[in-house]
Amino acid sequence: MDIAIKNGKIVKKVNAKKAKIIDALGMTVMPGGVDIHSHIAGAEVNSGRLLRPEDHVNDVEVKTALTRSGVGYSIPSTFTTGYRYSRMGYTTIMNPSMPPLEARHTHEELDDTPMVDKATYPLLGDWWFVLEHLRDDLIEECAAHIAWMMTATKGYAIKIVNPGGLESWSFGRNVQNLDDPVPNFNVTPREILRGLCKINKLLNLPHTIHVHTNNLGKPGNYVTALETMKCVEDLAEGNRPVIHITHCQFCAYKGSDWRTLSSGAEEIAKYVNHHDHVTLDMGQVIFTDTTTMTADGPFQYGLYNLTGNKWVNHDVETETTSGIVPFRYKRKSSVHATQWSIGLELALLVKDPWKIYMTTDHPNGGPFTAYPKIIAWLMSQVARKKTLSKISKRARRKSLLPSIDREFSFYEIAVVTRAGQAKALGLTQKGHLGIGADADVAVFNVNPEQVDASKKYKTVRRAFKKAVYTIKGGEIVVKDGQIVKPVFGKTFWIDVKTSLPMEVNDDLKRKFREYWTVEYENYPIPESFLHVPAQISVKAEI
Amino acid sequence: MITLHPKHPFKAPVDAECISPDVFAEKSAKEIAALQIWEGNRKRTLSGLFKIKHENDSSSKEFTIRICGDVSKVRKIGAKMSKGNIIVEGDAGMHLGEEMKGGVITVTGNADSWTGSMMKEGTIEIKGNVGDYIGASYRGSTQGMSGGKIIIHGDAGYEVGCFMRKGLIKVHGNIGKFAGIHMRNGTIFIQGNSEGRAGAQMISGKIVVCGHIPSILPTFTIDNVRPKVKVNGEKVEGPFYRFIGDLADGGNGKLFVSKTKNTHLNSYEEYL
Repeated sequence: MDIAIKNGKIVKKVNAKKAKIIDALGMTVMPGGVDIHSHIAGAEVNSGRLLRPEDHVNDVEVKTALTRSGVGYSIPSTFTTGYRYSRMGYTTIMNPSMPPLEARHTHEELDDTPMVDKATYPLLGDWWFVLEHLRDDLIEECAAHIAWMMTATKGYAIKIVNPGGLESWSFGRNVQNLDDPVPNFNVTPREILRGLCKINKLLNLPHTIHVHTNNLGKPGNYVTALETMKCVEDLAEGNRPVIHITHCQFCAYKGSDWRTLSSGAEEIAKYVNHHDHVTLDMGQVIFTDTTTMTADGPFQYGLYNLTGNKWVNHDVETETTSGIVPFRYKRKSSVHATQWSIGLELALLVKDPWKIYMTTDHPNGGPFTAYPKIIAWLMSQVARKKTLSKISKRARRKSLLPSIDREFSFYEIAVVTRAGQAKALGLTQKGHLGIGADADVAVFNVNPEQVDASKKYKTVRRAFKKAVYTIKGGEIVVKDGQIVKPVFGKTFWIDVKTSLPMEVNDDLKRKFREYWTVEYENYPIPESFLHVPAQISVKAEI
Repeated sequence: MITLHPKHPFKAPVDAECISPDVFAEKSAKEIAALQIWEGNRKRTLSGLFKIKHENDSSSKEFTIRICGDVSKVRKIGAKMSKGNIIVEGDAGMHLGEEMKGGVITVTGNADSWTGSMMKEGTIEIKGNVGDYIGASYRGSTQGMSGGKIIIHGDAGYEVGCFMRKGLIKVHGNIGKFAGIHMRNGTIFIQGNSEGRAGAQMISGKIVVCGHIPSILPTFTIDNVRPKVKVNGEKVEGPFYRFIGDLADGGNGKLFVSKTKNTHLNSYEEYL
């Protein structure tokens, strides 16, 4: 079968005599990879880079005639991030957490991340205006406000991190469950989630709400994760998802403390298998030294107390919080090994690959460069057994993995690494090779018809590490794992057309003046600020 | 034995990771001369910067490199070495013996900062003074010196033994501020005076100050007065005040301070 490419799109036919032909016989051809959740840019990531010179020193990329120099490892510099993704055949990356106030910085870094298309999700779950509007049950006004925010920050989806918890953290507290009210606002996480979910539907945003649950990283939190999914169950229409639970591994813990930690993957998978309104991503843990960073300030504080490592904690004015703690996942630690197991259990127990996607929550579970390893674990029971034999005994005893014999096919890998993610993001032109799709193609040197991935998992791992070809927008950008043409990627942003414009009154401007360090007039980012803007217009129902 | 003489005084820093018995031992004279070395941002060969003399020395079995002249701009001499000797007759530059795993480095003059940082085994002896971060970790890292010995006959600078995990640092002269900061284990012995703040954020290990120290950090508590203290098997006569800290980090490090040289600290005795 031939795939014809013309003017950056996949077309039905081209003139074979004039066209450049790539012979991919005996290889795997997939659409360019899509990553739904990877912290690659922004103030938080950059603080992480500054915090960790020791992370960079042993992973240096020397400049070449085409590429810039840079450093890794867990928080690579912007250019290196782009190159490394591209070498693995990825072409679209979503940066999941952007405090609206740091939008300018985030877009500056995204502009400097070459080779991939990208977008970013503004953090809106603890934004003061949102909290106030939801408290007063002003859903339509709040929707108009968020429509303005999407345009102002050039964002793509509504990101919610520990709803209510971050605002509480600004006062040194946290919320314990979905009905724990946020101090000073008297609104509960449940109301925030439901409100923003309704707003997401009203605005017709291409992606669902992107949720990092309450109580993340705490034993026993699978209950909270289930509650979170259930709380928007009635808002679903048909089989369209309305909520994405991100890095689900971190919120699938059973047990009452770290000693009794065990997997809640079975319960979560059971729920997801019976409901269509939820999508998940793995947040797989890799045994390596990495840097954890989230907007979940209280969680990071807990992690700091656990490790005693150096850390950063930050209160982004009225919008959100954030924290960074370097972390090493060890095979011999029963907690870390259980976390590793839970991530894979989730992916294997959720029957439909269109509902769970492969991520490491880069760099929280490990750097994205470990994706080939995860592919090997998903495709091969032997690979899983081999790692299982090396981990902590206690974790091995508790692990559900020995009882799971499912092995992903190449098709399923294509779903969890690109097609499913593109579908969840509403990126209709990505994640497939149909006519009209963007000509983002990855070619890997492994023959899916001949290689038994179950046994030859090392071959598979090697193949996915270095794409033979990465084609981005119809141009060959990577050949044999080397960058051959540096390109800028597009930055997608959502332009929501509402008939009801946001009410800009004196009260709003006064609030900006009193509570923000940036004035209302300077807050929005003009489209001209982006290097290659790609506006996606949607028509809202308000 | 191989002797290196700098051909000219260096203006730009020279990155000479290749000056190590491990590298030299496996190579012919020609190969050694062609070893790559950076002077500032220029690529050079070892023979371009140094006059190389090969001598047959049967007195020592160990491979020895002798460097004669001022190499205070030459960094990373003996980095990652695991065997043999390096003798520097003159001053040595930064990162001397970084990450070394064995062997002996002797410097007759002074050495600069980061000497013996992240070292795992072996001995470094400096006859003169040294800079800061002796036996420390890489910037940002928590993996400091994890074995071996550093002996300094002169003075040492700030943050000596930062994140040290094992081994011994002996300073016969005076020492700057924050000796043994973040120390996890190991021993720092200071014959002379300390500028203070010794043992800040230490978790475990031992620091012995035989000279004067202006004050003890408030996060240290007095524990005892000891007539003597053991350093690497040898007994050092006191008496010493023994402090425990750094309590701000839940540490249980031992800070020994000479009683006779620090009469201003006798007010602590009422808490005993």
